[in-house]
Amino acid sequence: MAPQQAWLETAADEAAGQWTATAAGRWDLRGAGRMADTLERLGPERAGDAVRIDLSRLEALDTVGALLLSRLAGRLEARGHRVAVDPIRPEHAALFAAVQEADRAPPPVVPGPDHHIRAMVERLGRATVEALGEGRDLLNFLGLMTITFLRLARAPWRIRFRAVTFHIEQTGLNALPILGLLTFLIGVVLAFQGADQLRRFGADIYVVNLLGVSVLREIGTLMTAIIVAGRSGSAFTAQIGTMKVNQEVDAIATLGLDVMELLVVPRAVALMISLPLLCFFADMMGLLGGAVMSYFVLDITFGQFIKQLHAAVGANHFIVGIVKAPVFALTIALVGCYEGLKVSGSAESVGRLTTKAVVESIFLVIIIDALFSILFSFLQV
Amino acid sequence: MAQTGTDMVIRVRGLVTRFGTQTIHDGLDLDVRRGEVLGVVGGSGTGKSVLMKEILGLIRPAAGTIELLGQDTAHLSAREEMALKARTGVLFQDGALFSSMTVAENIMVPLKEHTDLPAGLIADIARIKITMSGLPPTAGAKYPSELSGGMRKRAGLARALALDPDILFLDEPTAGLDPIGAAAFDTLIRNLQRSLGLTVYMVTHDLDSLTTICDRIAVLVDRKVRAATLEEHLQDNHPWIREYFHGPRGRAARRAEG
Repeated sequence: MAPQQAWLETAADEAAGQWTATAAGRWDLRGAGRMADTLERLGPERAGDAVRIDLSRLEALDTVGALLLSRLAGRLEARGHRVAVDPIRPEHAALFAAVQEADRAPPPVVPGPDHHIRAMVERLGRATVEALGEGRDLLNFLGLMTITFLRLARAPWRIRFRAVTFHIEQTGLNALPILGLLTFLIGVVLAFQGADQLRRFGADIYVVNLLGVSVLREIGTLMTAIIVAGRSGSAFTAQIGTMKVNQEVDAIATLGLDVMELLVVPRAVALMISLPLLCFFADMMGLLGGAVMSYFVLDITFGQFIKQLHAAVGANHFIVGIVKAPVFALTIALVGCYEGLKVSGSAESVGRLTTKAVVESIFLVIIIDALFSILFSFLQV
Repeated sequence: MAQTGTDMVIRVRGLVTRFGTQTIHDGLDLDVRRGEVLGVVGGSGTGKSVLMKEILGLIRPAAGTIELLGQDTAHLSAREEMALKARTGVLFQDGALFSSMTVAENIMVPLKEHTDLPAGLIADIARIKITMSGLPPTAGAKYPSELSGGMRKRAGLARALALDPDILFLDEPTAGLDPIGAAAFDTLIRNLQRSLGLTVYMVTHDLDSLTTICDRIAVLVDRKVRAATLEEHLQDNHPWIREYFHGPRGRAARRAEG
């Protein structure tokens, strides 16, 4: 490419009291940028000289060049010189005038930065208020969902059974491989770690007790809930959110259909059916993983494993685990659908709220699990 | 603009586009002259947007050559391609602004990427582009989601013009604007085209834009392009072109123009 340069020649005519700056070359993005500093210091030495800026020798002029030259003119004018931009080529005159006009618009007022500690406290306060508001809105949504449930209980034929079965397939059946694999591996890891500790006391066989209680009571349910929150809770938000962006949700409302009935209830019902089933599956896979590991590491046969499990672990542990599943399901569906309906406008908010739904539902699942623990210890089960 | 000898900023020859078994363009030729406003029209599925994307290098055609500013776009080094991209500006349908940045930051992206100007000057240029696109100065600090559709288009235009490109591509610039907003946008494009010396390639369905600001109109019919002035198209006997310009909407737009 040809060398792209911009330069400026100045001449002072003392007798006439005239100072001339002649711009030449290519005053564009590449050429003019490095002139910025030079132009800052440029000007006639004698006060009161008339200034003429000659632009007739320009090869090219773009916004940057025009901005720099019009700034020069403006600065010299402010210093009390009479400034004339003349001569200028007709093809450059329009641009020069447009830039000069645009530059004259007052810059927007930018609020100054706050003191940083104050800003931090303010942010903290805002986040707290927001979190509390979110909690209140979620409770509101739960109420709305309950009312819809009650209404549907009186008219059960209005439940969209096809949608329910579709979502059972999506959230339940399709989750089996990943859930099975993960809980199997967790059973393996638990058995291995437990065996390592228990072998020191010669209490190898108690690994079955450890596995039975921890998998049935806590890990099976909790893992299922967390995986489903990541898999299906996020999918709910993304599906409903995308419908919101496409204005499908508005269309549903204008067609006289109920958004809760059509979108939220089928998902919630489906998840409340599929999560306990998944939970049972996860329990079995976890125990299977433990049994396999026990066989290889501790030489406990499957027969011994089942006998010990039968003797040591009561059905109450299994029931405690499985009872929590529908509650977790409701929580995940609630958060997923709620965040999905909160999507507004842009596709960007779908992504943001999907992430939020996953984090929020896992957080709530663990909190509720802790509350259940307290409850069960009171009930002594 | 003396260094390029040719007067054609876009030169398409023998372009063939296929999607699967479907042929969209078959031996299409198109010339766009420096400094003109070319309107591109055609029925749905005739490949208006595809043609624009091919010229921009976003899609590769099955056959044919595309010259942009005298350079064959198929045989470019990465550097030449970047340099060429800096000389074209594109306004996508809904602005395609980066949603995580403010309007001013959006405009500064190409300036920061392609130039080594001082940060203060870049901010000033962004401010000037905002004003030149007809946005209020306060719009610079706003995020795209806080703007109306028309303002998003103006912001997208400001970003497309950030590097003072030679060619400006517009994809349905007036779609979704009210008639007053659309007319104002037409005027804005015309004024910017004159003051910045732009060549404008405009895909549009807006008959008013075609009659008021376009120098020539390229019609996509029968997998080819017929580029001519409005008067010449009015004499054309091709059924689609007749229907298009002589239909009720076409007549109304021309009457309004006088």
